[in-house]
Amino acid sequence: MVARLRELSYAQAIQEAMALAMEADERVFLMGEDIGVYGGAFQVTGDLVNRFGEERVMDTPISELGGAGVAVGAAVTGMRPIFEFQFSDFATLAMEQIVNQAAKMRFMLGGAVSVPVVMRFPAGSGTGAAAQHSQSLEAWLGHVPGLKVIQPATPHDAKGMLLAAIEDPDPVMIFEHKLLYKMKGSVPEGHYTVPIGKAEIRREGRYLTVVATSIMVHKALEAAKALEGEGIDVEVVDLRTVRPMDRETVIDSVKKTSRLLTVYEGVKTLGIGAEVSAMIAESDAFDFLDAPIVRLGGAETPIPYNPELERATVPQVPDIVAAARDLVRGAR
Amino acid sequence: MPVEVILPKVDMDMATGRISRWHVEEGAAVEKGDLLFEIETDKAAMEIDAPAGGIVGDISGKEGVDIPVGQAVAWIYAEGEATPSSPLAGEVPAKRAEGGGGDRVPTSEEGARPSPPPPVQPPTAAVHPPRKGEGKGVRASPLARRIAKEAGIDLAAVSGSGPRGRVVKADVEAAISGGAAKAPAARAPEAPAPKPMSDEQVLRLFEEGSYELVPHDGMRKTIARRLVEAKSTIPHFYLTLDCEIDALLALRKQLNAAAPMVKTEDGEKPAYKLSVNDFIIKAMALALMAVPDANASWTESAMVKHKHADVGVAVAIPGGLITPIVRRAEAKTLSAISNEMKDLATRARNRKLKPEEYQGGTTAVSNLGMYGIKDFAAVINPPHATILAVGAGEERAVVKDGEIKPATIMSVTLSTDHRAVDGALGAELLSAFKRLVENPFGMLV
Amino acid sequence: MATRASAGAAEAGANLPFLYRHHDKDALKEALYKMHLIRLFEEGAEESYMRGLIHGTMHLSIGQEASAVGICLPLTDDDQITSTHRGHGHSIAKGADVARMFAEFFGKTTGYCRGRGGSMHIADVSKGNLGANGIVGGGIPIAVGAALSAKQLKNCKVVVCFFGDGANNEGAFHEALNMAAIWKLPVVFVCENNQYGMSTSAERSTAVKDIAERAAAYSMPGVIVNGNVLSDVAEASHQAVQRARAGEGPTLIESKTYRYRGHSKSDRNRYRTKDEIEDWMTNRDPIALYEAELKALGIFGQDEIDVVRAAAAKEIAAGIEFAKESPSPETTDLEQYVYTEPA
Repeated sequence: MVARLRELSYAQAIQEAMALAMEADERVFLMGEDIGVYGGAFQVTGDLVNRFGEERVMDTPISELGGAGVAVGAAVTGMRPIFEFQFSDFATLAMEQIVNQAAKMRFMLGGAVSVPVVMRFPAGSGTGAAAQHSQSLEAWLGHVPGLKVIQPATPHDAKGMLLAAIEDPDPVMIFEHKLLYKMKGSVPEGHYTVPIGKAEIRREGRYLTVVATSIMVHKALEAAKALEGEGIDVEVVDLRTVRPMDRETVIDSVKKTSRLLTVYEGVKTLGIGAEVSAMIAESDAFDFLDAPIVRLGGAETPIPYNPELERATVPQVPDIVAAARDLVRGAR
Repeated sequence: MPVEVILPKVDMDMATGRISRWHVEEGAAVEKGDLLFEIETDKAAMEIDAPAGGIVGDISGKEGVDIPVGQAVAWIYAEGEATPSSPLAGEVPAKRAEGGGGDRVPTSEEGARPSPPPPVQPPTAAVHPPRKGEGKGVRASPLARRIAKEAGIDLAAVSGSGPRGRVVKADVEAAISGGAAKAPAARAPEAPAPKPMSDEQVLRLFEEGSYELVPHDGMRKTIARRLVEAKSTIPHFYLTLDCEIDALLALRKQLNAAAPMVKTEDGEKPAYKLSVNDFIIKAMALALMAVPDANASWTESAMVKHKHADVGVAVAIPGGLITPIVRRAEAKTLSAISNEMKDLATRARNRKLKPEEYQGGTTAVSNLGMYGIKDFAAVINPPHATILAVGAGEERAVVKDGEIKPATIMSVTLSTDHRAVDGALGAELLSAFKRLVENPFGMLV
Repeated sequence: MATRASAGAAEAGANLPFLYRHHDKDALKEALYKMHLIRLFEEGAEESYMRGLIHGTMHLSIGQEASAVGICLPLTDDDQITSTHRGHGHSIAKGADVARMFAEFFGKTTGYCRGRGGSMHIADVSKGNLGANGIVGGGIPIAVGAALSAKQLKNCKVVVCFFGDGANNEGAFHEALNMAAIWKLPVVFVCENNQYGMSTSAERSTAVKDIAERAAAYSMPGVIVNGNVLSDVAEASHQAVQRARAGEGPTLIESKTYRYRGHSKSDRNRYRTKDEIEDWMTNRDPIALYEAELKALGIFGQDEIDVVRAAAAKEIAAGIEFAKESPSPETTDLEQYVYTEPA
């Protein structure tokens, strides 16, 4: 059976996944601030409240810590909550419940419970929302055993990975780049899943592996295209999952190309690129490196308001082109 | 900030150098200008002074191994600056004995050099049999290290084309195939390139103990490198013809008999004793004057047309060969050429030639007639565009006017750089040479 | 366990305290047994700790037995609780096996958390305990979430959320109580006010005189009970659980009590006087008060009480032996239970 493909936006793909899951499973319900009649800050839940009612598309008070905890409690006791944070920055308000409770409950109780909660985080810069509404905190949560942290980069993956997350018995944190919400792509109809923990090679290449996450996957692909004319053949790996990381795909790619560039929007230092780099340095791919590993991450600054400054804070296509060229040409 | 001590370029045709001896140890205090180490190049020994005062640390340049020009060999730290932390610290002094007494270190005066300098070229990757423990302090990518280890290549002997002299995969592969290391513009698809056998592969073919390994000296390495370069970059084209030299031999006999006696330290001696080769030098010079288009050097941007004929003459010496130059041979008398050649050959054998006596030249002559070689083709010495290979003069039966007659025939083969000297032009030069040799009186006027 | 007034209790008349009107002799004995079991468990744990058999630290609830047992009296095994770092009593009151609790304290694979949780995360999930919690206030939103499940799944479960006086100043407390109220969830908030958040008295840390006053802010009943009087606690719990089960929403019970021991094993008791502790132990001990009442009402004699206590002591001794003999986990299994193992 071949599912029919349509063009859907990333936001529509997420909404479709949630609707499918709610239709199929009574236990699935949505919680979040202004996700009901308002439709969510980024219109991801849209008019789902009309289809499923206020009991299953629950507006919460502005109580991120409490709300996240309620979702955790509901998950432990038989429900499948999907909790939407209005901005990923607000994860900071709920860190206690995410990090101390959701991530650890199963372990602390010796496996007696599972915590099948899904938390969605609209993330990233580029919208002029400044320092407290533009962060990329996926590495923070990626640091916590017990959580799964994913960053789908396409509408197809957004739907498939969200469905996988809802079916997952453990807490899954989804970081959705806000600039991707309107991006369109072909999305199969009906139910399908994209596995958590599997990276995807978006473009094969011989001379350099670019490991990118979320919106950076698209920037890396654009850069790779620009480099084609120079004979620089770039492989782009979409990491897709921050935790658990797909070691095999990344290591195999670097062994093939001998060079690694990581591109991610979160702050460069102690970020995802550091983890990918260290993973390569520790693996047998080390002996295949023919150049230093290079990281392109966010600047060591909060996200500024001014649009020029904002753009300069995170890696852009010309930065990736320049870094890739330097690496392949042996200038670094 | 610590000051980098690099392996400096001290000679124009120098891609790598060896430190023959360190004069300071790790941690030594030096003043600016103090002697740090000596370098052995292809032909000279140079003393290298401290570029700054301070404490010497991180000595990574080992004695007796080829180090690319520009690579850091040590650092000089200011007093109180962070202590050097190289893992090699302490290892270098212990290794001193190994490199110090090895190769003979020529002084700059007696530097030996087989041929004139080539145009600027990429650093050459040299390959040595691996020595245990080497390559540790070399800047190299992990991949380069792995390939080098698998191929039994000593990384210290490979020139790095990467930033700060880093040896990358391409360098090691070039070293394996004996070629030059090039930075990967965008690496060529890895088509299987013909590769010569590695040192290990060669040695494996012989029973252990059935040979001894003699490390290459600078001259041997220069010869090897330059000949590979000449043969692989110059499109050689060959022209052969026979010269009847009976008249030349007769004239030589006559002239030698007429040589006046002069007083020397060893008693009375004839003022000159012309050899056949002296005539050949003169003939080659005059032929170039007659066919000036062939008196050229190739460069990428223009043809270098020489106004004088500077004729290099290959001289075999113990351990190799060298090509001293008779300058403006077209204007010199046979006796002047003869005496100059004798002097050059003697000093060449003693490795006492000065660089200006063997660098440059517009053509060359290589004569193996004394070994009875009938005919051979020589490899052009850049920047020359031609070289004349001269065989033995021997009596052969020749047909003249329908009759078979004996004659003394000398076969010569002209190698031309086809980029500079086309076939017809070469033929013109060679026939001009033949005319002069067969009518030797023309050389006297 | 929760029962109607028995024939035996009815003889004593309608003026009897709640407990004796609503529970039969067996239930009353069971409650006494549990109170002793909690105290002996805490003492056994303390002794084992001092003998070096227990690692880390622990927070003992000696003096708070009536609060734990009284609150849990009206709950069924299907009802759920969330507990606190001072959670041993809650765990036992909700039906946990002390042998497996000791095994957990000893870090053994037979422990409730297979040696991964220890004292601070002790729970028998099968008896509806969703876990003790090392974070002050950490369990409060979780209890609300569990109550949300109960409402959505319409399974009639009630959730009791234990926390201490310290937690009432955490943001999670306020967020959670608000949500429980707006959604009318079947949850009972039980603040065991033992007077000190570690060393800081509730008086110094809390703007209201009684924490139960906070209930008004969330439009729910706020009830103050003497946490050392079993019957009072049981009565408050009974009413709050009934209200919750009836879909009328949450209640906040403030159970005023006292812990005899320090906050944890490293507490030097510098913030209160020995006289104060002595006063509570001598004059307001929950077990002593309950036993006196049982005797005064002629329900049990001292002999029967001694038998109950001895039985509890026997179970404790056996539990400690079980724990000692149980195997320790393998370090190779270190990463077990972090994620749900694929089926």
